[in-house]
Amino acid sequence: MANDYAQPPAPPPSASEAAASANVVLDDTGIRRALMRIAHEIVERNQDLGRLYLVAVPNGGVPLARQLAENLRQIADADVTVGILDTTLYRDDLISRGERPRLRRTEMPSVVDDRIVVLVDDVASTGRTIRAAMDALMDFGRPRAVQVVALVDRGHRELPIKIDYVGKNIPTRTGDSVQLRGEDGGLEGPLRVVVVPAGAAEGGAA
Amino acid sequence: MIARDLIAVEDLERADLERILETAERMQELGRRTVKKVPTLRGRTIVLLFFEPSTRTRTSFEIAGKRLSADMINFSTSSSSLSKHESILDTARTLDAMQPDAVVVRHSVAGVPKRIADVLDSPVINAGDGAHEHPTQALLDLLTVQQEKGRIDGLTVAIVGDIVHSRVARSNIYGFLKMGAEVRVAGPPTMLPAAIETLGVKAFTSLREALDGADVVMALRIQLERLAGALFPSIREYAETFGISRATLRYAKDDAIVMHPGPVNRGVELAHDLADRRPSVILDQVRNGVALRMAVLYLLAGRERAGGAEGRA
Repeated sequence: MANDYAQPPAPPPSASEAAASANVVLDDTGIRRALMRIAHEIVERNQDLGRLYLVAVPNGGVPLARQLAENLRQIADADVTVGILDTTLYRDDLISRGERPRLRRTEMPSVVDDRIVVLVDDVASTGRTIRAAMDALMDFGRPRAVQVVALVDRGHRELPIKIDYVGKNIPTRTGDSVQLRGEDGGLEGPLRVVVVPAGAAEGGAA
Repeated sequence: MIARDLIAVEDLERADLERILETAERMQELGRRTVKKVPTLRGRTIVLLFFEPSTRTRTSFEIAGKRLSADMINFSTSSSSLSKHESILDTARTLDAMQPDAVVVRHSVAGVPKRIADVLDSPVINAGDGAHEHPTQALLDLLTVQQEKGRIDGLTVAIVGDIVHSRVARSNIYGFLKMGAEVRVAGPPTMLPAAIETLGVKAFTSLREALDGADVVMALRIQLERLAGALFPSIREYAETFGISRATLRYAKDDAIVMHPGPVNRGVELAHDLADRRPSVILDQVRNGVALRMAVLYLLAGRERAGGAEGRA
């Protein structure tokens, strides 16, 4: 025990330690401010608020879309429908080996035709999820316009997709993982956005 | 989790069953859309290899695959070289060389889908083999019960009819037991397998006792053409002793549901007025069959044998 100080540096942290020490880039207050600003931008850009339809990409987009709807009610007295659209069946990376990803719930309570659909996602990166969401959306109808909200844009776009409303731009390395988190692993309670550096999530394999 | 093939409910863990049911619940939402097709299995080929006539199951698989955008190829006895006495395994190998992403097999002999799975690279899904198993039927029954009752755990399920010859009964016994239900089987003694209780079910020769307090009553199809006169004295006597009617249903719980894998012999295992209306959920079973088979195809089609070709025994 006395020789502890002479030990070589500790090995990289395990997955759980990495999760605990993950870098918070946006806390609950920051998220609330960003969503309020985005609500104002949505009102500013769209004259006909009656046509708005917030469509969340699960899981992270769901609490964000609900908060945006609440903000729109407060600032513009607008009653905006919130839908949930799972993009899994439209993904372009269903690899042949290994398990298929879990499907999430889709709930589209209103028709999409002629609505201004605002897709809400937590983290935008390659643009592939937004591409999948747009394909899914088109199967529900013909929206008048589609706009995109991302709480965080971390870059690394691989498709010509533009994010209309960004909460915060966060530069990252390719291997980093950017996640929206709530209390105890879910998406309840105060939210935060964390960056888990490349390698850390895999138990320090880097 | 989820193995490469789906041969028998007996082989599945509870977690597998739950994963398939959860996936099927998500697939149900697609059935309520105007455009019911998604691009998930675009460019994938699924072969329906039916050595035994089937309209309902084959159509259900075909719709399921098409809703996922897979190309569905029918290979049935009447249209194939099976009439030229090609062996089953040769037929299967020939199909496999065409590199399908899944093969759905039905055969009148138990064990054939497993034999085919052993020689094929593609995932194999059992669509019913002899008196062995019919896993997708049991899974769609589980899905139907889960939605009707909100749970399966702790329910009492009574399966009534020709238990010996029924692959539907076998798969359902395994499925409901694994999901935590109490399972009872009932029928004339000639239709109850010896030592059926070793599976963990209770066997009854009295319908009244079997239905007492049941949440789910499942009537099986009596194969009139094959069995009349052999295993019970007459169809009329069977209907009177084991037929499910509003009168016999009084023994079960007030909110009990009635299920049947179809096609129904009206007036034999199920009274005429029960076949079409609540508490029977037969058409829900059919509807759920499409979503359930979409889930199975989504989870299995196109997946390779673990470790690739060199992983083959």
